Amino acid sequence: AKMAATARKICAVRVFLTSRRSVCTCNMLYANAKAKKDYARALPGDWQGRVGLEIHAQISSNSKLFSGSQVQFSAPPNTLVSPFDASLPGTLPVLNRQCVEAGVLTALALNCHINRRSLFDRKHYFYADLPAGYQITQQRLPLAVNGHLTFDVYDERTSQRQVLKSCQVRLKQLQLEQDSGKSLHDQENGEVLVDLNRAGVALMEIVTEPDLVDGTEAAAMVKELQLILQALGTCDGNMSEGSMRVDANISVNRRGEEMGTRAEVKNIGSIKFVQKAIEYEMQRQIELLEGAGEVEEETRYYDWKLGKTISLRDKEQRHDYRYMPEPNLPPLILYTYTSAPGGAGNTVVNIDRIREQMPELPAATRHRLVQEYNIPFQHSVALVGEGLVEYFENVVDVKGKGRDPRSAASWVLTDLLEQLHKRSLTFQECPVTASKLGEIVDLVTMGTVSTSTGKKILSLLFDGDNRSLLQIIEDNQWAQIRDEETLGRICAEVLLRHPELVEAYGKGNKKVVNRLMGEVQKVTNKCADPSITSRLLREKLEGQ
Amino acid sequence: MLGLTLKETAKLLSEGRVSAAELCAACVARARQVQQLNVFITETYDTAQKQAAESAQRHREGRRLHVLDGIPVTIKDAFSTAGVTTTSASRILRDYIPPYNATMVQRLVDRGAVSLGKTNMDEFAMGCGSVDSLFGPVRNPWRYNFTTTTTTTTNKHTQPIRDSRQDSKAKNMQMRTMHRHVTSMEDSDWFITGGSSGGSAVAVATGICKAALGSDTGGSVRNPASYCGVVGLKPTYGLLSRHGLIPLVNSLDVPGIFTRCVDDAAIVLGALAGHDPQDSTTVPEPFQPFSLPDDVDVTNLHVGIPKEYHAPHLSEETLHTWREVADMFEDAGAKVSQVSLPHTPYSIVCYSVLCAAEVASNMARYDGLEFGHRGCDESSTEALYAQTRHEGFNDVVRGRILAGNYFLLKRHYDHYFIQAQRIRRLIADDFKTVFDSGVDILLTPTTLSPARPYSWFVKADNRTRTEQEDVFTQPVNLAGIPAVNVPVALSEAGLPIGLQLIGPSFQERTLLAAAKWVEQQVNFPHLQLPEP
Repeated sequence: AKMAATARKICAVRVFLTSRRSVCTCNMLYANAKAKKDYARALPGDWQGRVGLEIHAQISSNSKLFSGSQVQFSAPPNTLVSPFDASLPGTLPVLNRQCVEAGVLTALALNCHINRRSLFDRKHYFYADLPAGYQITQQRLPLAVNGHLTFDVYDERTSQRQVLKSCQVRLKQLQLEQDSGKSLHDQENGEVLVDLNRAGVALMEIVTEPDLVDGTEAAAMVKELQLILQALGTCDGNMSEGSMRVDANISVNRRGEEMGTRAEVKNIGSIKFVQKAIEYEMQRQIELLEGAGEVEEETRYYDWKLGKTISLRDKEQRHDYRYMPEPNLPPLILYTYTSAPGGAGNTVVNIDRIREQMPELPAATRHRLVQEYNIPFQHSVALVGEGLVEYFENVVDVKGKGRDPRSAASWVLTDLLEQLHKRSLTFQECPVTASKLGEIVDLVTMGTVSTSTGKKILSLLFDGDNRSLLQIIEDNQWAQIRDEETLGRICAEVLLRHPELVEAYGKGNKKVVNRLMGEVQKVTNKCADPSITSRLLREKLEGQ
Repeated sequence: MLGLTLKETAKLLSEGRVSAAELCAACVARARQVQQLNVFITETYDTAQKQAAESAQRHREGRRLHVLDGIPVTIKDAFSTAGVTTTSASRILRDYIPPYNATMVQRLVDRGAVSLGKTNMDEFAMGCGSVDSLFGPVRNPWRYNFTTTTTTTTNKHTQPIRDSRQDSKAKNMQMRTMHRHVTSMEDSDWFITGGSSGGSAVAVATGICKAALGSDTGGSVRNPASYCGVVGLKPTYGLLSRHGLIPLVNSLDVPGIFTRCVDDAAIVLGALAGHDPQDSTTVPEPFQPFSLPDDVDVTNLHVGIPKEYHAPHLSEETLHTWREVADMFEDAGAKVSQVSLPHTPYSIVCYSVLCAAEVASNMARYDGLEFGHRGCDESSTEALYAQTRHEGFNDVVRGRILAGNYFLLKRHYDHYFIQAQRIRRLIADDFKTVFDSGVDILLTPTTLSPARPYSWFVKADNRTRTEQEDVFTQPVNLAGIPAVNVPVALSEAGLPIGLQLIGPSFQERTLLAAAKWVEQQVNFPHLQLPEP
């Protein structure tokens, strides 16, 4: 338990550093929705683009693919390394069943054909963080093939998240393989430091056909895949930690012509950069070809600071991996209820049993939220996209007490996210529970406090205020004034002090009511019930 | 005591007529006596004496762990031993100390066996003479003239044969490292042990231990067993765990057992066999240890004599011995018939390709980063790798790596690797066809001739010798089936001649029963051992 606590703590620090980006994205969608954004431009002339993706998704498992070592992101270097992970002579791989099951579940969710028999191969290359000199992967006969993924491309220019188009990408294969370690280049001392904690961690490599046409589609596809993996629990989808990494094979060609030479942009670190890297790369290739140049088949990387893809000039890029069957692992055989050997119980991987454990997938959740709560589709898209579904459902339905879903969705998507963003917190670090937010929603709904006060209370809770909500309201005298006599008196005083506004109203400028309202709120420290105040002001103005 | 079998020794121990500590001391003394044979790479006499004392204590208290409790054993230096240097006779692992025990080693330890040390071998088990070791060749005890000069008895491992690769001048002279310490032709007038597990074979033959671990990829247990006059068992692939065995060819490697007699081989097999969760290629079914009857009935046995094993260079004496034993079977009522294994001639070339390919892959991990020897050229990672590997491996290993990488290139893969796999299947099918036709065991020579003099052996290179020497043993590895060398007779020159019995997969009991019958008939004159 002690270890687990430490692990969480380390995780938390890490998440803090890396989560800003995703919160930024949602901020862009909501808070700064009107800000002009450089939206994907269509390719010029008769150019068209083709993108195929290779996505490496780290399997969320307790131990590595072929060894008993623990898997944990930010452990001190080389503390999670078994003799096998360091490739000590004589060590042998032992396949982790949990990882196979995660692969099968993912393949099922991605509509793949699952190979009942798959094989492991060695892929050879020398690299400091590849201790064996080869990676165990599935080259000849992968775990699953021929899948497809349906996803929507949303118009992200506005907060409306309208569906621009529905797409489908074919998935060529899903294979299990080992991750490598990490090389840390110490430029100062001219040294390379190797951390093998990641060496041997299980990856699913998901390979798409080149069905995507531009960066927007690719980004939307990666986002949907990320949500699916998170819903399945087979990968945490965290791109900034590298638990999901994207390589994009990009080419352009003129309409009606054959596919162009492709360049591979490796290791793209966020969904936003997937879009930008592809847009940049297509533009670069078009300019090259229009200038009578040629696209080189090469490996590039995306420099997000420069906003450019840059050639790795890797002399070895076309080297021969000298694939060979992994002799230490028998074929991986998967079973169904009908084919499972008798008495084998839980020792074999049973596709049927895994299928029964399939959770609700994001597409289904979006539809269910609209159906069940009658919230706008774009809210349902946002809730699913930000991973806020469970939180939202808890706000709506605490102890069977139904709250208005539309206002709950608005609180969650606007106010909660705004607070998180302001503090650069991830959703996992959110200090305000769903039930607390629910209480605030209740107080606002009942009129005990105004909406703006509700927001102030939320902010206090984020600051760590642990007084009860009622105590906070009492201490700050934030209770909404709804007593008509008191409000009437305050309104009368305000009117007396602003004869010019009263006169303007009399001349037909009805809008001055808003300014008067503002004056009342000033006097009452924003505690006047707006609807009653507005009514009283109108009555008095009309009566004058 | 030194000349007793494991079974006889265990009886003495359990009856309290000799203590494990006394036994161990006698074996250590014997090891020192025959030190010139270069049996060990690392001696572990101190820990052995400690283990023996503990075993003696257990025996006194009636808590014997197993029949192996207190039995002196030796371990080929290809098996990882926790805390004990494990070199595979290579410079690249010269100072490598594994943090874990190979499963075979662990099972010996768990049963109370006392390990005297890590035995000498060909570098990475690549060879059939035990001459290509960083630590110098192993010498055959048969007809060996022990020089009278006293030898020092310091820890062997601290003084490996000086390696020419350390010395750039010597390197330029293209001297073969492993033969350097042989100072004169006179000194080289001794016989090779066979290999690659030569040290283990000698340890058993000379009475240093009662049982020894070897590994057999193309004959590396049976070949030295034959030359040294001991029993050498290569069990079915998948019966014994390879976890912790430094691989040569993963799909062919099998831990093997050296003993003085067939009964002992069955005892050790019982102690070692069975599923290991750390080796996914071991069979899941539990192994039932067995002992062999004293009166083996061969009247229902069908013995096959593969005609392809009448190889061109088979020595007259070996052929004669083979015929005699075949006749013995027939005379005893067994059915003996000639059979055909038509793809046998392709075995060597098939093996060459598969072995090189897996070697190229398996050796990729020796980059000097995580463990083992590391060069000092740090101008770039690639330069460091190149130097490390050049210095770390002998020319045999480097040659196989080069060939293997060539075979695995995309444009060659189908022509070499896939073809070799097809041939392997045909060879395995040959055996299957014969056994399916009712043949119970095959009787063949183990080697072409009795042991050759060292001076003759090193006239050709490692590859040539391996191709010559492994003809009768390699097909068995390609088929994954069990086989055993039984010492049968002495040649005119006074050197052991062994024969090989081959059985179908997992039929070790039938195989060893037949082997025991042969052993009983031939009454092999074991190496004379001094009684302390």
